[in-house]
Amino acid sequence: MADEVVLLDFWLSMFGMRVRIALAEKGIKYEYKEQDIFNKSPLLLEMNPIHKKIPVLIHNGKPVCESLIIVQYIDEVWNDKSPLLPSDPYQRAHARFWADFVDKKVHEVSMKLLTTKGEELEVSKKEFFEIYKILEGELGEKPYFGGENFGFVDLSLITFHSWSHVYEVFGNINIEAECPKIIAWAKRCLQKETVANSLADQKKVYEAVGQKIRGLE
Amino acid sequence: MADEVVLLDFWASMFGMRVRIALAEKGIKYEYKEQDVFNKGPQLLQTNPIHKKVPVLIHNGKPVCESLIIIQYIDEVWKDKSPLLPSDPYQRAHAKFWADFVDKKVYQVSKRVWTSTKGEEREAAKKDYFETFKILEGELGDKPYFGGETFGFVDLSLIPFYSWFYAIETFGEFNLEAECPKIIAWAKRCLHKEIVAKTLQDEKKVYELVGQLRKLQGLE
Repeated sequence: MADEVVLLDFWLSMFGMRVRIALAEKGIKYEYKEQDIFNKSPLLLEMNPIHKKIPVLIHNGKPVCESLIIVQYIDEVWNDKSPLLPSDPYQRAHARFWADFVDKKVHEVSMKLLTTKGEELEVSKKEFFEIYKILEGELGEKPYFGGENFGFVDLSLITFHSWSHVYEVFGNINIEAECPKIIAWAKRCLQKETVANSLADQKKVYEAVGQKIRGLE
Repeated sequence: MADEVVLLDFWASMFGMRVRIALAEKGIKYEYKEQDVFNKGPQLLQTNPIHKKVPVLIHNGKPVCESLIIIQYIDEVWKDKSPLLPSDPYQRAHAKFWADFVDKKVYQVSKRVWTSTKGEEREAAKKDYFETFKILEGELGDKPYFGGETFGFVDLSLIPFYSWFYAIETFGEFNLEAECPKIIAWAKRCLHKEIVAKTLQDEKKVYELVGQLRKLQGLE
């Protein structure tokens, strides 16, 4: 029986993009269903009643929620090619720790660049760069967080790059000036076709987010 | 070479208790090192420089941090007995989702109750607390455990919070059993497991600790 794979997603979600990269890495055919997150569909509410968020992967009718859980699920089910996590338990724990760090810290400090002004924004900028300097420390001299190859942590972080233009304009920051290693790493990741094809266009994200923020002001 | 396993922990930490249960389930011998979380030691800061928190598992000198990540690590390394997660990928994803829900929601709503001041703030915190546990009751359904017939990953991630129920109920001035009887019934079922009963901390001691924490935060 052929696998039926459906992805409920929103085009500019950095969490959804993680799943798109994972599916592409594994060469999995799936149906992409764009969701209106401001007017949530019955399907989304039925598939993710707890958090009511995208992404949701629906595999043969059964939903999996939370992007990092979805990526690990994909890795376990389609385990014949392109491993997304290391096989060694210690390296797996290390990868999970850093992907969890991205989840806990990167999104929060990034959003603050959009939601704070004046003195608060100066604090937000400081926090943003503190987090990215920690990530630069973890990356070290490696080409990828995963070592020689693009891996779980790279996948969990690179999707935020599609929002870089948003952060730089709204936050009035220059990421490359402060964190050149991160930008070099991002450009390296973008050379992978699966990544380049899965990330939303930075300008389009900026236009959409800009409109939304201005609409809310 | 014999495994050297060390656990940096704080007696009342529900996150640390998860790891203690996991280690006991697997029959792993380890050295427990109590940490002063108000005055963090060099070993804790060295092994968890990012979050500076307990628990930290140190296996043959290499640290693993974040309780749910530690448990999955333990399950993968000591895989010959007492599986902590299901083997089926979908059931594993389901278990991870609910353990993640416990992580995202239960700690926050609990903390809000015991750090709240009387009145509107407390009532709002209690409302969210009950909602969270009602969602968990819904997921439990009629199963004896979140894991189904046997104690599993989600049960392990949630049961340590039981040590804190008495403190939260007392400061919050409510009775959880009245609101969420299934959860209390589930907790008592888990406590029949010797490992769980031995790991969970005395609720009165936790209550005293919460009282001290409230004083430190100027709430008393």
